[in-house]
Amino acid sequence: MTVTTIGVTQVHVDAEGFLTDYDEWDEQLARLLAAQIGIELTDAHWQAIRFLREDYPTQGETATLRRVSTLAGIPIKELFALFPGKPAKKMAYIAGLPKPHGCV
Amino acid sequence: MRRLVVLGAGTAGTMVANKLRRRLAREQWQITVVDRDDRHLYQPGLLFIPFGVYRPDEVTKPRTRFLPDGVDFVLGDIDRVEPDSKVVLLVDGTALPYDYLVIASGTSPRPDQTPGMLGPHWRESIFDFYSYDGAVALAAALRGFTGGRLVVHIVDMPIKCPVAPLEFTFLAEAYLRARGIRDRVEIVYATPLPGAFTKPIASAHLASMLDERKITVEADFLVERIDAKTLVSYDEREIPFDLLVTVPLNMGADFVARSGLGDELNYVQVDKHTLLSNAYDSIFALGDANNIPTSKAGSVAHFSVEVFADNFCQHVAGQPMTGSFDGHANCFVESGDGKGLLIDFNYDTEPLTGTYPLPMVGPFALLTENRRNHWGKLAFRWMYWHLLLPARPIPLPAHMSMAGKHQPAEEKQP
Repeated sequence: MTVTTIGVTQVHVDAEGFLTDYDEWDEQLARLLAAQIGIELTDAHWQAIRFLREDYPTQGETATLRRVSTLAGIPIKELFALFPGKPAKKMAYIAGLPKPHGCV
Repeated sequence: MRRLVVLGAGTAGTMVANKLRRRLAREQWQITVVDRDDRHLYQPGLLFIPFGVYRPDEVTKPRTRFLPDGVDFVLGDIDRVEPDSKVVLLVDGTALPYDYLVIASGTSPRPDQTPGMLGPHWRESIFDFYSYDGAVALAAALRGFTGGRLVVHIVDMPIKCPVAPLEFTFLAEAYLRARGIRDRVEIVYATPLPGAFTKPIASAHLASMLDERKITVEADFLVERIDAKTLVSYDEREIPFDLLVTVPLNMGADFVARSGLGDELNYVQVDKHTLLSNAYDSIFALGDANNIPTSKAGSVAHFSVEVFADNFCQHVAGQPMTGSFDGHANCFVESGDGKGLLIDFNYDTEPLTGTYPLPMVGPFALLTENRRNHWGKLAFRWMYWHLLLPARPIPLPAHMSMAGKHQPAEEKQP
């Protein structure tokens, strides 16, 4: 685990740059994290990110695409459009949560 | 009289009934096991049916043969559980009240969840091998296959026995080679994972094995639909096939959802160390039916039942549960040509190289192909029917051990 500076904030991150402390995240940080992977956050992005943030403390792990789709009502297709390529990983990165388990 | 009801007489449910019948006094505890049929399927055997290694009748036996005396077996479909009033309702109207409930109803392939899968090509050029009928149908299709593109595919994780699609691929490659038509077949492995497997060290080993066999991996492929004979992903990649062997979305039983006990895939949410429901202290969920973050596999069911049995006796006596399940799994992985690998891991330790010590028959080489691992896998069928299901002692410790394993350098620091 290392400390890095994003904008003006110092945060703890893992080897791949995912935040490791839930409470170090805020919405301004999310915008900066999103910008680092080329995403500008719209309302549609925020709906997914906020769901992930609210779901994590109750589940202890980052929601899968299917969970976001079922519980937040955002179709998987749309998640791929919002977070192109690797949506589960990108959403977790922006939401300041651990990379979703490659379920064993 | 206290009442324990077990839902499901598969691997986990049968072991629970056997272990607890010995532990709970008959004059104090009634044990009831519910299943919808009396046919116990040896699921690891399904992998071999498409290649004619096992006859279909070698993988099924009556469930009741493996349940001990003093257990009531009820045949019926479960409508729902009412956890507040502690009763299980069957579709035929039967009510089964309980003091404690064990949900062991497993997980099932759901081809209906992917648009286009159950179309005109289902069981014509689209097959699954995680069901008895699917494995038998695929055997006939493989015998008649003369060339083209074979795609082995996983819809989404988690699936039961996550190594089985890789094993199928290795066995199919060897089978096509033995038939002399390997050069007429292109093999593609399409997975929603970023690589061949979930954990980095095993994934690297398995990826090089796929590469050696000239099998193309299509990673990060999450299927949206099947159009005729083409897989289409959410990000609009297309994989046409002549023969598709898919692992449909796996979901827990629908009654779990109807009872308000499931997550988005109908898995019962439990504490990963005690397997006690997060919501009700009278409900446990064992085997594939729960949501613990480890493999859905018979070995997990086995190791977790060992820990659960002691915990259950403490829990019903009003004591704290002292056992803690570590997520331990081990699996033989068939690699074709009469060889196999062994992997051994838990919540915290990914599959590593090294050796797995076992008195008399071991050690087995971890993450390395050899014949002994293949024979270990075949011998396991006998162990399953004769030792595992009746819950007789097996010299495999429930908790994972680091003995013999090679630790990766960066993890050596304390």
